[in-house]
This record gives sequence, structure tokens and C-alpha cells, in this order.
Amino acid sequence: MEEIFKTVETIAKTIAPSYEIVEFRGQYTLIVPVERLVDLMMELRDNPDTSFDMLVDVTAIDWLGKKRNRFEVVYFLYSLKHKARLRVKVPLPDNENPTCPTMVGVWESANWYERETYDMYGIKFEGHPDLRRFYMPEDFLDPATGEPLYPLRKDFPLMGIPGALPLPPYPERDGELQ
Amino acid sequence: MGLDKLLGQDGFLTTTVESLLKWAQKSSVWPMPLGISCCAIEMMAFASPRFDVARFGSEVFRMTPRQSDLLIVAGTVTYKMAWVVRKIYDQMPDPKWVISMGVCASTGGMFRSYPVVQGIDQFLPVDAYVSGCPPRPEALIKALMIIQEKIEKKHKPILFNFGKNVSPTPKQEEYHTPMADIII
Repeated sequence: MEEIFKTVETIAKTIAPSYEIVEFRGQYTLIVPVERLVDLMMELRDNPDTSFDMLVDVTAIDWLGKKRNRFEVVYFLYSLKHKARLRVKVPLPDNENPTCPTMVGVWESANWYERETYDMYGIKFEGHPDLRRFYMPEDFLDPATGEPLYPLRKDFPLMGIPGALPLPPYPERDGELQ
Repeated sequence: MGLDKLLGQDGFLTTTVESLLKWAQKSSVWPMPLGISCCAIEMMAFASPRFDVARFGSEVFRMTPRQSDLLIVAGTVTYKMAWVVRKIYDQMPDPKWVISMGVCASTGGMFRSYPVVQGIDQFLPVDAYVSGCPPRPEALIKALMIIQEKIEKKHKPILFNFGKNVSPTPKQEEYHTPMADIII
């Protein structure tokens, strides 16, 4: 294990003792609980021996029926100083209303990534300054129940729900609008 | 052409105003390029000197729908974009024609998923579908020729009544037959 990941391990040990670090083909993944996540990320960014100063991406995984914790938020970090990459996985305890603390205070670029993750998976990032939908329209709701839809969840049908996304009127076929 | 021979012989020729108007209309179809994904590259090649759509009188790509009579939808149309496509179509003056270029615009293509409209004929009257991913510029030229044929054979231009100044708004059925021409 490289020196930088030994430092990551000691940081995780002090802040989140129930951590887990996995190595696969030279890629390191740190699995930590959601409590004290901001402190851990702040330390990973500010410690000169790790210096993960760049947030490359934020996404999520839906383990519907595969794991007890359904949602997992994944952060991809890069250290420009040490030229090293780290993946941080955070399983979320609440399956019905998944929430996660925002990372906007740590990396400014987390703003839009978290909005995208919210749009696709419905994970609420607490403390986010502007948590709106990113790609899908604001009124992307189930026409039957009125619930908001999150298209990358595993229980969302591939072809969508008919009527959730309206098409423009077709007066040549249907006649003029009233 | 043979036209100069005929003119050299007699010095004049006779025709009807309708066929003259049709001839003028079909020889100057001004396209509105709506390149919304990779098909736009082939559409640009179609306009470039190598394939040279100027031979068919369509080299003037108007970047505004208000000066065009042919809409080329070149690319994937999502549900969000469908409203924009429809708005552009509505801004075009009658008579107007639509080419659905490529499989994405025609059927949704490989994007069989929730955000992509599975065929623009769900909200637009399409005159010619072009298959291919992306189609060759020749295929698009063929589609243009089908549009020209359609103008020549099916379209009835409104003849201005100079005495009474009556020009009724044409109905859409006059231009579009229910079955569109399909290119394979």
C-alpha cells in the first residue's frame, strides 16, 4: 500500500472507527458511515499528506434488494499534489428518505454533482444551497400519485411512466386546441 | 436541358402558372437545419461542396425558421427538446415540409429509454424518413428529391387572386398525405 493510503487509513481510524478500506487492482475504496462525513472529508482535503483537493464526481448506487442499506453515495477524489485517486463510499441508513450531508462546504464543485444525484436518485443533501432538479423538468411527477419520480432508481420502469413527461400538442392530427 | 434548344427555335414557351410556381418552389427548398446531435455532421456534409446540395437549389441554410420551408430534424429528440422542435415548426410559414433524419428522430433508435421521444411523428407531420445511424449524405439528398417530387405532384400552390385579394389560409391536409414516403 502506498504511503498516502496509509495516511488515509489513519485519518479514517481517528474520525470514523468503523471504516473499511478495499484495494482492487491498485484502486482504493474507503467505506465509511455517514456520521462525521464532513469532518473526514475536510481532513482528507486539508491534511498535507493526503491533500485530496479535487472532487471529480459524486454519484450514487441503488442496491434495491441486494443490500440492507439501499442507497450508497460515492465520491471520487483526486489529489493533484500526490497524483492519487480515492473512492469514498457512504451507505445511507434510511431507505425511505435517504439523506446525506452536503459537501459544498468542502469542495465547491459538489454543488452541481449533488443536484444531479438528487435528480436521479432522490437523495436529499442536507444543507445544500440550491437543491433543485438538474436534468429532468421540475414537475416530473407520477401522474397517478403525484409523487416525484427519480429515473435512475431500480424500481423506475425503463420506458418511464406514460404521461409523466408531456409532448407538445399536435393540431394537425388532433384538431385545433380550444 | 433542351430548354435553350426550344427557346432558340421558337423564342417562347407556354406553361401554366401553377406548374411554373411548383417548379420555382421545388427548385428553391430552403432548409432549416435542426442539428441536435451527430446526424448534424452528415447534414453539414450534405451542404458542403463534396455532395453539393446546391445542385438541387437547397444550399441556402436559413438559420431562422421564418425563412425556411423544409425542416430537417437531425438527431435525438428528448421530451424536453420536443417542445422546442414543435415551436420551430410552428414558426415556419406554410407550406412546409419535414424530413426526419436518422433512426433517432424517426423511431428513437438505440435510445429506447424514458427521456427520448420514440419518433418525432408523435408531434410533427413527417414527409420523409431517412434511415441510418447516421445516414449518408446521399440518403439525405434522396429525401430532398422525394420532397421535391412531393411538391411537384401533390402540393397545390395558392394562386393569388389579384382582383379580390383573397388568399385563404391553407389547411394542412392539402399538403400532407397520411402516409409519408419512406426511404429504405
